[in-house]
Amino acid sequence: MALSRPEVQVRPRPLRTGGPRRVGGLKLGRLLAFAALVALSLMVLYPALWMVSTSLKPDAQVFAYPPRWIPDPVMWGNYAKAWASAPFTRYAVNSLLYAVSVTFGTVLSCSLAAYGFSKLRFPGRDFLFLVMLSTMMIPGLVTMVPQYVLFSKLGWINTYLPLVVPSFFAGAFFTFLLRQYFMGVPNELLEAARMDGANELWIWGRVMLPLTTPALATVAIFTFDGAWNDYVNPLLYLNDERLYTLQVGLASFRSANDTQWQLLMAASVLVLLPVLLIFFVFQKYFIEGASLTGSVKG
Amino acid sequence: MRVRPARPGTLRRRQTRTAYTFLLVPLLFFLVVRFIPTFLALRLSLFDWNILKEQQPFVGLENYRTLLEDEKFGQALKNTALYTVIGVPLQIALGLILALMLGRIRALRGLYRALYFAPYVTPIVAAAWVWQWLFSPQFGPVNTVLMWLHIPPQAFLTSPHQALATTAGLVVWQNLGFQVVLFLAGLAAIPRSYYEAAEIDGASGGQAFWRITLPLLNPTIVFSVVTGTISYLQLFTQVVNLNFTDQGGPLGSTMTVALYIYQLAFGRYQMGYASAVTVILFVIILAITLLQLKFLTRRYDT
Repeated sequence: MALSRPEVQVRPRPLRTGGPRRVGGLKLGRLLAFAALVALSLMVLYPALWMVSTSLKPDAQVFAYPPRWIPDPVMWGNYAKAWASAPFTRYAVNSLLYAVSVTFGTVLSCSLAAYGFSKLRFPGRDFLFLVMLSTMMIPGLVTMVPQYVLFSKLGWINTYLPLVVPSFFAGAFFTFLLRQYFMGVPNELLEAARMDGANELWIWGRVMLPLTTPALATVAIFTFDGAWNDYVNPLLYLNDERLYTLQVGLASFRSANDTQWQLLMAASVLVLLPVLLIFFVFQKYFIEGASLTGSVKG
Repeated sequence: MRVRPARPGTLRRRQTRTAYTFLLVPLLFFLVVRFIPTFLALRLSLFDWNILKEQQPFVGLENYRTLLEDEKFGQALKNTALYTVIGVPLQIALGLILALMLGRIRALRGLYRALYFAPYVTPIVAAAWVWQWLFSPQFGPVNTVLMWLHIPPQAFLTSPHQALATTAGLVVWQNLGFQVVLFLAGLAAIPRSYYEAAEIDGASGGQAFWRITLPLLNPTIVFSVVTGTISYLQLFTQVVNLNFTDQGGPLGSTMTVALYIYQLAFGRYQMGYASAVTVILFVIILAITLLQLKFLTRRYDT
């Protein structure tokens, strides 16, 4: 591949005494940027505020024109009503169990695999790693139908097995991500433990994992968020209403309460709240994960 | 403590054994959950495979022949291409602009970043409802703004001509925060000294952008284009939830290939035919990805 250097044209320019003007320009630019950012933030805040406001409205005010932002009276009862009009507690328990077990499985299996790929030397390692990376190129959609056929032959339809079991088999992307982190841990630390007679499993659990908790947290949070918001897999594999997760339950709640927007929004707020809470508490890890994703270059 | 040099031979052998034990499970996964299903899709596509029927006769390339004349597939393919062509450039351009603006601002930076990122973690089902309200023909705020500007209200999601673009808008809105963070990370990696040198040499802000920022962001841009394209080519959840049903919006105008596969496989139980569509989509994704990697990647000596 041809190597080329980005050319920065070096051209002598007439000396300018417009120092202050330049500063003024920068200031104006900054002001414009600020205004644009505020306007764009409204695109996020406005829908969010509407959601909360609608969820607290009495039936008659939902479509009132001009819209009322502060409902009168404030119907706190909408939340209890929405929650009670479908088995949301059950959905929530299902979602939580699903997300927690997938997170556990992913962190466990990916960190083991990443340890193997980063800190153990064995024949065929690089080849296997390449094989694993190549699976990142297979889009999830391609395996959807055959996987369904496979799992239905195993009699796993209408159970959580097709949703949870695959997570215990390390996914390529997070393995790759953790491997990058693990490679940064100095070998001397592991060698010292090996000299003391520790086995690899002990080193993985007692040396590697404690040293890389931020990376593990990033993987855990993305996995949890992904499972909590997963819509496709529960839709495909769970037919029994008692097995529904919040997402699928919310979607089916809509068909039953099509016009009751205040209830739809109350239910949405309740489903949204845990993820938003997690997001704001662990924001650092989300941002770090997203940044890392970008540095994982083809 | 007695320092005992480990015998390299045994250590190596023990490591190999441990490594394979560690990797056994993931390797099985790649085989069972990734590679085998991909080949299985190829195989299934050669059968008239209906999960409800006893007989699954081999039909050769019949499914592919049917596909050539399937108008619905043609429409789904066209729509999917449109989503990609609208969505990917839009989210990359907006993401870059926002990241550059965020870079100029010090106050409240974290708050903005969090705000843009929030839609990314919002469940799609809930986000889709909010989007429906925003673009509702009767009482949506977007139409209210249009009326202020003396533009007649639009039908948006209920119009076969506008539904696709409105749906693409939702996807862009949800992905934007992630894109911004990607670019912020990319921008942070560019050494400040480059800009200082450019300024000393008298380069304008525009020149610095085209000659320094953009070339050095190339890896981030390539990554965004490739992963963005792959995800748009598989668009499903937003489309289903914006249009209530799995029929793909007014006159099927928002139907995607992924949704069509879902309809065929889980609505009509035609697993064989659905697999044929899957195989075609896989080939398309693979070809586009390889082309993008070949033509977009630039290497710069830094």
